[in-house]
Amino acid sequence: MIEFHIEPRSGVAPYLQLVHQVRQALRLGLLHQGDRLPKVKDVAAKVAINPNTVLKAYRQLENEGLVSPKPGVGTFVTGTLGDPATSEHEPLRQELRRWLASARAAGLDQESIEALFQQTFRTTVEEER
Amino acid sequence: MTAIVETRALTKRYGRRTALADCTLTVPAGRVVGLVGPNGAGKSTLLQLACGLLTPTSGAVEVFGRPPAADSAQLARVGFVAQDTPTYATLTVADHLRLGARLNPHWDAALADRRIRQLGLDPTQRAGRLSGGQRAQLALTLAVAKRPELLLLDEPVAALDPLARRAFLQSLMEFVAESESQATVVLSSHLVSDLERVCDHLIVLADSRVRADGEIDDLLATHFRLTTARRDADTLPAGMRVVHAEHTERQSTFVVRADAAVDDPSWVMDPIGLEDLVLAHLESSADSRPALEPQR
Repeated sequence: MIEFHIEPRSGVAPYLQLVHQVRQALRLGLLHQGDRLPKVKDVAAKVAINPNTVLKAYRQLENEGLVSPKPGVGTFVTGTLGDPATSEHEPLRQELRRWLASARAAGLDQESIEALFQQTFRTTVEEER
Repeated sequence: MTAIVETRALTKRYGRRTALADCTLTVPAGRVVGLVGPNGAGKSTLLQLACGLLTPTSGAVEVFGRPPAADSAQLARVGFVAQDTPTYATLTVADHLRLGARLNPHWDAALADRRIRQLGLDPTQRAGRLSGGQRAQLALTLAVAKRPELLLLDEPVAALDPLARRAFLQSLMEFVAESESQATVVLSSHLVSDLERVCDHLIVLADSRVRADGEIDDLLATHFRLTTARRDADTLPAGMRVVHAEHTERQSTFVVRADAAVDDPSWVMDPIGLEDLVLAHLESSADSRPALEPQR
């Protein structure tokens, strides 16, 4: 069983924070197929959030194919979320190192590199939507 | 969408002072509605009109499609926790529960006993000796044990420390999640971060008028901060309603209401958080207020 929390200052809608936390738990291996998510009532009472927010998060996870509700029993994990094997990470890391070296060579300081990465990352995510 | 509370041009005056003016709104069933606004904005007046403690000067208010407090059956469906969560100082916790059982036809004694046990309250303790948080929890227990379909709470957490506040909101959300056909709750508060947590609908009141009213997700999706080189609000495209504007010599910052963000190389248009959204509506009402003394 996992526990949820809400960070009001994050600027992320509360229901999305719950969605992210379930995805995170799947990635970290804290949740497996067949596990039951906490009951809506228990999350509402424990975290002090609106039960509709919890329902909305669970519906979103259901649309993503990660969980499915069994009426009267609860909501169960049905999907998996794993990054490709960590062996895939190494070549990507090498490429990123090469890119960072060329950014430095081009005269960008740390802040500019971060800003460029963040900006490119955001626009790519938005384009993919 | 069934309306639990419906007001039409609801107005309340005390002599020459207007406490609530021309208020038209709908509280949908099964929602937790936050009522936010500065002191004296009309929040308490609206809540007291909805539970029948006050009668309107003009306009109308209906609860479950009938006038508030029309008869005892109507009264039994509504729970009200007044400001400062009042209890009887000289009566014990157990006395309060006995009183609740005698006065309410649908009293849920098992629920009341369970809550008192969970809270660790001593039934023989006089209410006057309880801490602020315990007193608020006792008042909430009395209100929820009558199993209301509509629960009205006037600034229930205003006087509580952060720990007691969180505990109170946990109890409140537990009640909402437990109620069979989900109960409707209206609560007023100054703490937007609390309201964002527990509410799905928001009403912003300022200067006795409704400034904004809607589902929180919809409000967040339609409010933006727009930063641009200095320009007048009326040069912005049609379809953008300016809620609040601020100018320096070079820059203009607007909070606007629009269906979606509009891309334009001459400005930055970003989503806005709930706290800033509420503040923009409150400041806009302060802008439009006539000056009390001549500007120097």
